[in-house]
Amino acid sequence: MEALVFYVCAVAIIAGALGVILAHNPVHSALFLLMTLVSVAVLFVQLDAALVAAIQVVVYASAIVVLFVFVITLLGVDKNESFEEPSLFQRPVAILLGVLMFAQVVVIAGNHWATGAHSTHGQLDGARTGNVENLARSLFTDFIWPFEITAVLLVIAVVGGVALARRSGQRPPERQRSEP
Amino acid sequence: MTAAATITSSYYLTLAAALFTIGAVGLLVRRNTLVMFMCIELMLNAANLTFVAFAKALNDISGQAIVFFTLVVAAAEVAVGLAIIVAIFRRRQDVTADDLHVLEG
Repeated sequence: MEALVFYVCAVAIIAGALGVILAHNPVHSALFLLMTLVSVAVLFVQLDAALVAAIQVVVYASAIVVLFVFVITLLGVDKNESFEEPSLFQRPVAILLGVLMFAQVVVIAGNHWATGAHSTHGQLDGARTGNVENLARSLFTDFIWPFEITAVLLVIAVVGGVALARRSGQRPPERQRSEP
Repeated sequence: MTAAATITSSYYLTLAAALFTIGAVGLLVRRNTLVMFMCIELMLNAANLTFVAFAKALNDISGQAIVFFTLVVAAAEVAVGLAIIVAIFRRRQDVTADDLHVLEG
């Protein structure tokens, strides 16, 4: 059963990823991306990462893909892109580099180098009740400082997004200010 | 289904490597900046899959905690990146990467 789920999801992931880079229409690329993300979420469930799988569906598969589709339709760039090669030999060299990188990672992943020390605390199947509680305890004890930095990063991203989305030099509309 | 029935972490790592490679090649080949962004998402997802596979293999919850931070970084990156693309589109009426080879306003 585990093998069946893995192979089905692997085929869906690879097909979706290839669809992203081969589709002429950006909307089709976004939908293929959705297929890949949901398949990865299924594999997360199989790897005992239920909470991460849920977050993957909520954040990636809904929020980010919807944002992509929204921007594509907003800009009206959903016309077909021409695929002619702009610079000589770029595509063969890119594919060659990709194959080389894939071979390297496969060699590393298939050998004994893909190893590490087992955890002494914060185990995946620890004494606590479930994946959510285990993950929350790790997040709010061991990773509390990165967690706080995450808040700063999100604030910076929000402010940066608003600053970029406003037209440059544009003033916010004057409000009728009522005296208190 | 005898030997192939057991899925070890090497299977997941190989799948993540393939996903990362497709994303990297797509980033190099495609010219539409939106599709390039989607390729970056593919590469981030490959890294997430690696983290979760190692979390399972090493029985360590920290791998899943790191995935959280990767997700946050991806969300922030998409928000800012799409804002940049919209700002570029306002000025150029096009989002092809080849037209953006000059750093001028």
